[in-house]
Amino acid sequence: MANFIDRRLNTKGKSTVNRQRFINRYKQQIKKAVSDAVTRRSVTDIDKGEKISIPTRDISEPTFHQGQGGMRERVHPGNDQFSRGDKVERPPQGGGQGSGQGDASNSGEGQDDFVFQISKDEYLELLFEDLELPNLQRNRLNKLVEYQTYRAGFTNDGVPANINIIRSLRSSLARRIAMSSSKKALLNELKAELEALEQTPGSEAEKIIALKEQIAELEAKIAKVPFIDTFDLRYNNFAKREVPSSQAVMFCLMDVSGSMDQATKDMAKRFYILLYLFLTRTYKNLEVVYIRHHTQAKEVDEHEFFYSQETGGTIVSSALKLMHEIQRERYPESEWNIYAAQASDGDNWADDSPTCRQLLEHKLLPVVRYFSYIEITNRAHQTLWREYEGLQKTHDNIAVQHIKQAEDIYPVFRELFKKQAV
Amino acid sequence: MSSKKKRTVLNDGPDWTFELLETYLTEIERVADHYRLDTYKNQIEVITAEQMMDAYAGIGMPIGYTHWSFGKKFIETEQGYKRGQMGLAYEIVINSDPCIAYLMEENTITMQALVMAHACFGHNSFFKSNYLFKTWTDASSIIDYLVFAKNYVRECEERYGEEQVELVLDSCHALMNYGVDRYKRPSEISLKEEKVRQKEREAYLQSQVNDLWRTIPLTPDTQKQQAAPNFPAEPQENILYFIEKNAPLLEPWQREIVRIVRKMGQYFYPQRQTQVMNEGWATFWHYTILNHLYDEGLVSDRFMIEFLKNHTNVIAQPSYNSPYYSGINPYALGFNMFVDIRRICESPTEEDKRWFPDIAGSNWLDTLHFAMENFKDESFISQYMSPNIIRQFKFFSILDDDKKNYLSISAIHDDLGYQEIRQTLSQQYNLSNLEPNIQVQSVAISGDRSLTLRYIPINRIPLDKSSQEVVKHLHRLWGFNVTLEELNEQGEPIVIASCPEKLSESEPAA
Repeated sequence: MANFIDRRLNTKGKSTVNRQRFINRYKQQIKKAVSDAVTRRSVTDIDKGEKISIPTRDISEPTFHQGQGGMRERVHPGNDQFSRGDKVERPPQGGGQGSGQGDASNSGEGQDDFVFQISKDEYLELLFEDLELPNLQRNRLNKLVEYQTYRAGFTNDGVPANINIIRSLRSSLARRIAMSSSKKALLNELKAELEALEQTPGSEAEKIIALKEQIAELEAKIAKVPFIDTFDLRYNNFAKREVPSSQAVMFCLMDVSGSMDQATKDMAKRFYILLYLFLTRTYKNLEVVYIRHHTQAKEVDEHEFFYSQETGGTIVSSALKLMHEIQRERYPESEWNIYAAQASDGDNWADDSPTCRQLLEHKLLPVVRYFSYIEITNRAHQTLWREYEGLQKTHDNIAVQHIKQAEDIYPVFRELFKKQAV
Repeated sequence: MSSKKKRTVLNDGPDWTFELLETYLTEIERVADHYRLDTYKNQIEVITAEQMMDAYAGIGMPIGYTHWSFGKKFIETEQGYKRGQMGLAYEIVINSDPCIAYLMEENTITMQALVMAHACFGHNSFFKSNYLFKTWTDASSIIDYLVFAKNYVRECEERYGEEQVELVLDSCHALMNYGVDRYKRPSEISLKEEKVRQKEREAYLQSQVNDLWRTIPLTPDTQKQQAAPNFPAEPQENILYFIEKNAPLLEPWQREIVRIVRKMGQYFYPQRQTQVMNEGWATFWHYTILNHLYDEGLVSDRFMIEFLKNHTNVIAQPSYNSPYYSGINPYALGFNMFVDIRRICESPTEEDKRWFPDIAGSNWLDTLHFAMENFKDESFISQYMSPNIIRQFKFFSILDDDKKNYLSISAIHDDLGYQEIRQTLSQQYNLSNLEPNIQVQSVAISGDRSLTLRYIPINRIPLDKSSQEVVKHLHRLWGFNVTLEELNEQGEPIVIASCPEKLSESEPAA
């Protein structure tokens, strides 16, 4: 007789270790696929995992096997037209298979890529390896707090809008019963007595009149018990509870003046995507505000932000001003965790840079969780960089980094948000 | 029969319970006994689809050492399954004693019955009685050995680092198919013995290797004698074994890993040669056993319809011009051949009597058991393929000669072609034709210690380009230069790959 074993409850991740080994082994390729994916995706499109494809030749396991060529004879089923000695044109190799070329299986796999899916978590994990949220320690402690009201039973006083009718009427009923029940009992007794007297012929008329008076008096007293009294009223009670805020806003500021070309903007885009991905891991509700500027700043949508071209000079402070306005109007710092990322090629009208510093120091840095500035340029730093760099010494929530080419983005991003010691 | 008709029909589900599985198994076992199927004890494990994917990734081993290639296999399976490109097999069965069979939880009772008949009695009896399995595998010790291997590899990883172990495993996997001595029966292995022997071997082997590669000058006359003979004295086909015993620089633990991979290769060696027979046998028996139950009135019509639908799918053979064609379906070929052998025994035609005078009219059960026990795919086809089967499949053979710019039809299913098709098809399953013939030719013992392998092509079929990669792996294990040469049509060896690569000096070796 056989043994039956129910293994369904055993762990199912028997291959997890092997899968992990595979991913570790091809980390370089997978990472590359992940970073390619970042460019393709919209900033806010991060809800799914990523399809990773690795060239098959990179991961093939070589063995000795026969190649193409030579002389082979093979048997196939389903002859519908051939007779012995027929000569058939050789079907084209590769693409058009189907006509019974069993040999195809011997000649190694094609050059298709090995494609597989990694989960969203794995995707983000690879993207954000070793990274932690800026100021994570501090954030944990004084993360923004919101209040949420919730029902907390009933009270005896409150505003009329909160009267709870059922509860109020219930206590009114109880009070009325309590205040009138003894009188009602007495009334019934008297009524019974009166009836008995009236039934008995020759009873004393005075007694009947006295009884009637007593009854009338009692009925009046009962009628005087009020239907509802302020004493009966019950109110819904509401209390407030502290809820850590899970909302954040991310300001993307970018210079779109003539000196910023599409390649530079693409680099900036990657940076924003990374930042967005990164923040969504902590905040449930994350909004993005795009502000682009040349000499004037304007709030725009994502597409316009990245893909429309403007010309003209550059006044960075215009963007900072606009950000400050928007923040004050729509994102009070008591409710929102505020992050800002600014990308620029470093060009600024020289007289404007000190203004920027002023704006940042007094208006923005006190309210933002983190302000990061990346400069995408191959040239030497200009005034803006130097002003920002100065701020870095006195404030710990600003970071300034320099990017020269696409490959730098990721390391720079890490640098910006690298684990901060407690 | 009439008395048996009184039996009540078994519950046909479609849901199954463990009690119901047991009821079916009892009945199946009774019928299997009736047909003299000799099996190992069965161990039936019910698993989920995810666990089935794990089982797939372990290339059919219930326990395996850790290696990235299994992870790759798992990802492939998972991808295929998730996109619906492939269904999972209904069952996996492992050649061990007790014989482990996996049933998938989501199957209906009909499918479970089919799988039990197929795996627990069909495959199981094949494992126990076929001569190749009897020679090359030891069902009672394989689980123990797998446990040993897994633990050994893990210990090595702890001691020498995952990366070092992975390098050795990668190289060994590349040569896994070259780890069998076809003409020597290997000794049996069990866990306890293996542990003791492993320690002894470690010490002894190293001393032997040291002796082979000793550099202390010998006395002049012995040196002359030593220099003359070729090493190895005869070409060696078991490359992994040769490396395990002779590679100069391997550490003892590395030799042990080579040995583990070699043993794995050996374990799978019979499976590669009996695909048609093994699947055909199991399919024949699930078909016969369940029909027997139906004849006894034990299973319902509904059960049979579902069973036959699945059975028909399993043995479907698309034609060469169908988009679904991917070679000959071993289930279809094997099943039909066993059915055909039974037919030849029970009701032979004139043709059958001419072709199979020995078996025409004999006891079918004896004949079938004999065929199962004593053949592998290649010899089975060349012995038992009848003209009837060739006509049924409408087989034809194509000759593809790369020197001509057309293909020619060398034989079809007619009188002239039967023998030829039978011969060609049999060769198609001949492992020596499928796998390149590569042997260790010589080692320059007293020179630069370089290792030379020789490839002897059949029908001018060249080696695939990836052999250069394999030679690199071989170089990692050997530690000194490795050269792969091919014997060309004139019988001269030509270097086709070497590591380290020296493309410029690819002159024909003397």
